[in-house]
Amino acid sequence: MEYIGEHLLPGKIGHFFALLSFAASFVALIAYFKATNAKTPEEESSWRRMARMAFRIDVFSVFAVYATIIYIVANHLFEYNFAWEHSSKTMPMQYLLACIWEAQEGSFLLWTLWVCVLGMILVRKAGKWENPVMTVITFTQLCLATMIMGLYVFGNKIGFNPFVLVRQMDFAANAPIFSRPDYLSIPQMQDGQGLNAALQNYWMVIHPPILFLGFSSTIVPFAFAIAGLWKRQFGDWTRMALPWTLFSACVLGTGIMMGAAWAYEALSFGGYWAWDPVENTSLVPWLVMVAALHTMVVYNATGHSLRITYFFLITQFILVLYSTFLTRSGILGDTSVHAFVDSGMNVQLALFVFVFLIPAYILFIARYRQIPHIVKEEATDSREFWMFIGSLVLFLSAMFIIGSTSLPVFNLVAKKKVAMGDDALFSYNRIEIFIAILLGLFTAVTQYMKYKSTGRNYLLKKLWLPTAIALVISVFVSVFGGIHYDKYGIGFLAAIHLAMFAAIYSVVANASYISIGLKGKLRAAGSSIAHVGFGVLLVGILLSSAKKGVLSYNTTGILLPFSPESKQDPMENITLVKGVATDMGPYTATYINNDSVDDRSKTTYFRIHFEKKGSTEQFDLFPNFMYATKGGGAPNPNPDKHHYWDKDIFGYVNATDNPDKSADTAQFRPSEAMALHDTTYYSKGLIILDSVVINPNDGKYHFSKTDTALMAKVIVFGKDSMRYTAYPLLYVKDNIPHFINDTVFAQNLALRFDKVVDGKKIQLGIKESEAMVPFIALKVLEFPQVSLVWIGTIIMVIGFVISILWRRRQASLSKA
Amino acid sequence: MKKLHIVILILIAVSIGVLVSFMGDLSTYETIASARQKPGKTVTIIAHIDNKQPIEYDPAKNPNFVSFHISDTLGNSAKVTYHFEKPYDLEKAERITLKGKMNGDVFDITQKDGILLKCPSKYKDDPNNNQKALSQN
Repeated sequence: MEYIGEHLLPGKIGHFFALLSFAASFVALIAYFKATNAKTPEEESSWRRMARMAFRIDVFSVFAVYATIIYIVANHLFEYNFAWEHSSKTMPMQYLLACIWEAQEGSFLLWTLWVCVLGMILVRKAGKWENPVMTVITFTQLCLATMIMGLYVFGNKIGFNPFVLVRQMDFAANAPIFSRPDYLSIPQMQDGQGLNAALQNYWMVIHPPILFLGFSSTIVPFAFAIAGLWKRQFGDWTRMALPWTLFSACVLGTGIMMGAAWAYEALSFGGYWAWDPVENTSLVPWLVMVAALHTMVVYNATGHSLRITYFFLITQFILVLYSTFLTRSGILGDTSVHAFVDSGMNVQLALFVFVFLIPAYILFIARYRQIPHIVKEEATDSREFWMFIGSLVLFLSAMFIIGSTSLPVFNLVAKKKVAMGDDALFSYNRIEIFIAILLGLFTAVTQYMKYKSTGRNYLLKKLWLPTAIALVISVFVSVFGGIHYDKYGIGFLAAIHLAMFAAIYSVVANASYISIGLKGKLRAAGSSIAHVGFGVLLVGILLSSAKKGVLSYNTTGILLPFSPESKQDPMENITLVKGVATDMGPYTATYINNDSVDDRSKTTYFRIHFEKKGSTEQFDLFPNFMYATKGGGAPNPNPDKHHYWDKDIFGYVNATDNPDKSADTAQFRPSEAMALHDTTYYSKGLIILDSVVINPNDGKYHFSKTDTALMAKVIVFGKDSMRYTAYPLLYVKDNIPHFINDTVFAQNLALRFDKVVDGKKIQLGIKESEAMVPFIALKVLEFPQVSLVWIGTIIMVIGFVISILWRRRQASLSKA
Repeated sequence: MKKLHIVILILIAVSIGVLVSFMGDLSTYETIASARQKPGKTVTIIAHIDNKQPIEYDPAKNPNFVSFHISDTLGNSAKVTYHFEKPYDLEKAERITLKGKMNGDVFDITQKDGILLKCPSKYKDDPNNNQKALSQN
């Protein structure tokens, strides 16, 4: 059948380039492989020329695929499944970009795009290492290209073609609309499904590209390690690869912390880190990368730790691939809130891990004995000894985390059925607190040590002052800092205080090392600065976690007697009735209104006013409800925060009075005919008709003499002897009566001006209903010192950048 | 023996200790029927929400109490109580992972992360959703 209005050309172009990138990376792989193993310089250079050409074609193809997808999405060609499933017409440009990496195939594309960029740099800069390193890189490109091929080989689907049409999808197989040639004119094909409301956030625009740059860059140090083993030039590459390793750790770390910031401020998870499997799987490669970084520095300085460096660099990349498998195979579906669902590519994703894992470890084991190492062991007072131990601790911590995260895999393989215990967070925290203590102490002390041997007197002389300062500060913090986190007993509380000392020690010692050890030479101080940042980050994590508090504990007693279930403990949400000030920890909170609506994103903002008791301090929070772009459904709550220098007050609305206005089943009942000053009754008091105004033109209403409007002024006396005034109104337009009702929220009472009786009296409609009390269920959390988490991260990143520049300089000096 | 070896042995010993305590803490996946056999013990159940029974959540009265019914593939069903706000999109979830304790006939969840929704609409639309979107109107 000929379909009307389809644009098939872009898809054909896109798919052509997807296949071309596969072919080109295959040619580049073979050519670089041949160049690496070439016997003569002539042979080498001719293979290399070919390899470079093929790689350039690969890069061009990947960019062409990317441009085609942007074209399809930006022009709203909804015949393509990619546009139809992930975008919509109302989405602004930046979200059109974001929807590309929302899709599985789109995120692979982002990955391969970054590998292209890094590969181009390596072709220019890697010098004699270009051939073997680029062999590994082009092999990665080949694997990634299979992810977007969408070919069927022997009935098995390989990859997912991003240019497939909606009517070619499995789910569309029996849809009746595709029996019509003009199916594109049917409403459901006129617009796409859009981006999930939860993802329409600026973090979605910047976090994935940075994170994927981090993931992509982990291939570079891995490739150098493989190249070193392959060419049997075991130690030559470490100086050149060190800046790349730093870059990878820097960008991946930034990406992870951006994810944490997003979780903190937008996704209502109640914090920046929840040990969710998807968070863990990005943290684990980073930890191993940082371990590798330290052993590399040790090797460059002393010749120790080369074997373990190989092991770490290989393992970190295998862990990146393993993480990819975990998060995309759907295997984490029952343990993570973030993971993708199964897309039918599990075998391919598992193969992606094994094609790297098996050859890399075989090569490592086969060459292990040939890797040079120093027989004489490190002295206990040497810097390299403790850096090695620190790296080992980082590695073990990573193994613990990935082990716990892999329980679903364990269940699958061993046919077992185990899950994390009752309190999953604590089972991580109680281990990681000791890791934090160790790392804090190591980073504080080790900087002051010298390579080879330090000497006790030297160490004591340099360290006593920073140690004393750190002790004073941490004792001060422990005594006055208000850390009373005794939920898990005195032992854990003691560990927190110990960790606090270690973190402060790390900050103080590293900061003073910049002046004592390096004489303020900032260019060389990258590592000290990064360690200061790490220490600040630790302090921030400890304070914000240990002192995190729920302000909205439902302690006010209102409404509680009605619910027999409320005996249970947590009670983290509190009900705020509109206009009623409610007690909330040190504040009183009042729900003011939800008038502010952003039509484009269908977002309703709730204004909640906070006043601090016994002070003039006050602020407003505007948490919101975002309604899904398509198909209605429950609104997605987004939090808002008020930032103090020392804490964030963080609130989100979990429920409000029937957002769809359908549950209000109470009816208006007519009153008897009332003359002026007559009285009628409702369940909680009495209602008096005070006066009737014709065409009112003041206050609430504005009518002119030509209108036909009647407003009743009604006084309501509640049983609690409160007095309220209401102004229901009736007007006639085009011979149809219109009612503007008035409500007395405090009495759950709605009033309607029904009609005029006998020209003298009026009839009111009276409705009493539970459902119309506007209220919200609010959760308010207090995060003290959370800004230290972000400040620490930024300092750490700055330290990394300085280190990259410094180590690049050293690498180029050593070459010359 | 080298000092390094001693340190590594210590680290291995610690790791084993961690592993043992970690294993001790693990809970198990159960069906609704087998969870009934282990009252008061923390277990994990994978089930789906029984749509024939209403989800009870009245935030005006108590925003910290949700109750609904689940049934599993073996055809058993149970009432669930959860002492936090209603999770976002609970009604839409096709599969739900619950961690809590069976108390009598009621499966009681007291940890905030005790409910995990397998919500296909969240990160990638599932085929059923797409099919629905195609055939609406």
